[in-house]
Amino acid sequence: MKNKNINLNSIELINNLYKSIYRIRTIEEKIALIYPTDQIKSPVHLSIGQEAVTVGACAALVETDIVFGTYRGHSLYLAKGGDLKGMMAELYGKSTGVAGGKGGSMHLIDTSRGVMGMSAVVATTIPQAAGYAYAFKLRKQKNIVVSFFGDGATEEGVFHETLNFAALKKLPMIFVCENNQYAVLSHQSERQSSSNITERASVYGMHSEKIDQNDAQAIYEKINWARNQIVEKGEGPIFFECMTERYREHVGPNERDDIKTRSAEINDPLEQLSKLVSYDFKEGVSKEVDLELNEAIDFADKSSFPSNDTLYQDVYA
Amino acid sequence: MPKSNRRDRSITYASAINEATRQLMAQDDSVFVLGIGVDDPRGIYGTTSNLSSEFGQDRVVNMPLAEDAITGIASGSSMAGMRPIVVHERMDFMLLAMNQLINVAAKSHYMYGGAVKVPMVVRSIIGRSWGQGAQHSQALHSFFMHIPGLKVIAPTTPHDAKGALVASVRDDNPVIFVEHRMLHNYKGQVPENLYEVPFGKARVLRTGGDITIVGISHAMVECIRAAKSLAAASISAEVIDPISLSPIDVQTICESVEKTGNLLIVDNGWTPCGASAEIMSLVIENVQRQDKVKMKRMGFEFVTSPTSKILEDLYYPDSRRIAKNAYDLIMGKKTDWEPDVQESPEIDEFKGPF
Ligand SMILES: Cc1ncc(C[n+]2csc(CCOP(=O)(O)OP(=O)(O)O)c2C)c(N)n1
Ligand SMILES: [Mg+2]
Repeated sequence: MKNKNINLNSIELINNLYKSIYRIRTIEEKIALIYPTDQIKSPVHLSIGQEAVTVGACAALVETDIVFGTYRGHSLYLAKGGDLKGMMAELYGKSTGVAGGKGGSMHLIDTSRGVMGMSAVVATTIPQAAGYAYAFKLRKQKNIVVSFFGDGATEEGVFHETLNFAALKKLPMIFVCENNQYAVLSHQSERQSSSNITERASVYGMHSEKIDQNDAQAIYEKINWARNQIVEKGEGPIFFECMTERYREHVGPNERDDIKTRSAEINDPLEQLSKLVSYDFKEGVSKEVDLELNEAIDFADKSSFPSNDTLYQDVYA
Repeated sequence: MPKSNRRDRSITYASAINEATRQLMAQDDSVFVLGIGVDDPRGIYGTTSNLSSEFGQDRVVNMPLAEDAITGIASGSSMAGMRPIVVHERMDFMLLAMNQLINVAAKSHYMYGGAVKVPMVVRSIIGRSWGQGAQHSQALHSFFMHIPGLKVIAPTTPHDAKGALVASVRDDNPVIFVEHRMLHNYKGQVPENLYEVPFGKARVLRTGGDITIVGISHAMVECIRAAKSLAAASISAEVIDPISLSPIDVQTICESVEKTGNLLIVDNGWTPCGASAEIMSLVIENVQRQDKVKMKRMGFEFVTSPTSKILEDLYYPDSRRIAKNAYDLIMGKKTDWEPDVQESPEIDEFKGPF
């Protein structure tokens, strides 16, 4: 299988990354605007500020690669190609949502794009990602799994249990820690005796690297390299800790009130790329995204709510 | 020192828990609180607010995300004579701690032949509001009722919340203390002093002669509303809050059933193998009345909690369906009686973001 992005020249790559981040930012900002109208009767955890990690990583994947993520999942879902209409309808609790209105924002899924379900319980998808990777290995399938999780998730026992197993079995997977330094309102330093997540991963015997820049291009390059190492040379698993920043509150539409004091060394991923992209391209993207988003909202709005009998559907397979 | 004890004071359920914790910590320095986010500005819906500034971060411990370890740390400290109160913002997160809770804490006293005690309290909150879905709104009290060695208490009024927490912390066993998010803002009379609401004693919240309605946790609020609708149809319902689920006060329930001959149990949870099944079995085994007692139970529909509001409304038993079931049970057949609509402001007016 050929990685669609391997031969991209850098302008195309930058344009794609810009477009994807712009699109996700615009969609999430719109969700934040809609939220007070109470049409989205479900908690939303926004990734605004953090998009570079999922966008950069997914740009290096093929459609049949698999990603697992968390309740903070809009960005991952969209970056991997998840259907926007189905996502908006899911947020609106409509029958046309990706989970038929049963999952909401925290449980997005689009298996046709390799987006496996997001979970609201911290760290629960980390071992599932390893299980999926184990299946790839047994079937000798040339795909990888990427597990996305936060800095808080690395405190859970299951994180360590999974890293050990993944390293032991040399699984075709990449662990991506989106380190925004916070678990709700607790800073990493209140929860961890040192900030060396990357080192902790490396002692299990896997290549581990920290990526500081919150830069989609740098993340793309690393993941692209890692994917090749794994698929071509069987050198999985590989671990990345991506430093990033969330601009909104842990949950809900509001900006963090401590945002003005935010660490200066973290760059805004959209601003970084915006400098590298032509005015005309940006204009085109802006129009395209507006159109797509309006259509998706309209679709969500006009879709019907689930019928009563669906309450009892899908309890068992 | 006993403080002035105004009995006419009305405070919220969340404040009652906060006050009980503060007073217990002031009185006994072995009491401490631990959990994820317990010292953050939101203070677990206000239930732990300001405790860390008063007692310091060594006694109000913000924990890493490590539920099983948190539970083991609490039980280990209790073996050393501490009285920990573990707090989980959602009851669902207790599922990550089942090993320490059930294999270890619940069994230690017995399997070591009484050599150690594990006086710990695990507070957890049932997360229903809206859209919380599959993993943030589960009510798992029945799981814990199944385990010998654990006590389970689920108070519904601010008065009982305070008193039950005091009894729980002073108890020498692991206690599962069940709260419901939609109860936290309820106000009620709460004495200022420390007092205990004992285990194994139910409370009759409303007396009546036609039907006994037992309601658990937030379902109790809907049962009281249903009783009002029934009263409008000249049916008097006796509403009983078990408060303590393990041990449970079967006597109070049976005495009421002797009188009414009709029993409706409404759980804030699923019915199969649940608290409602247990209560009904106990009534069958213990009731003295020779003639037939009509019985029914209600709970969450037996599906995973959906997020869409329209499905959520079907999933949870509401006062209308409770009243209707009570009415039809008494009549012995399905009727087309429609109860007065009772509002559920805590549900209807809820707005996010969480
Ligand atoms: C097992 C578990 N414990 C606690 C919670 C409550 N909770 C939800 S998100 C969160 C913080 C997680 O932080 P992190 O892993 O860094 O992810 P982020 O929210 O920063 O993306 C907590 C404690 C939960 N959902 N699951
Ligand atoms: Mg984080």
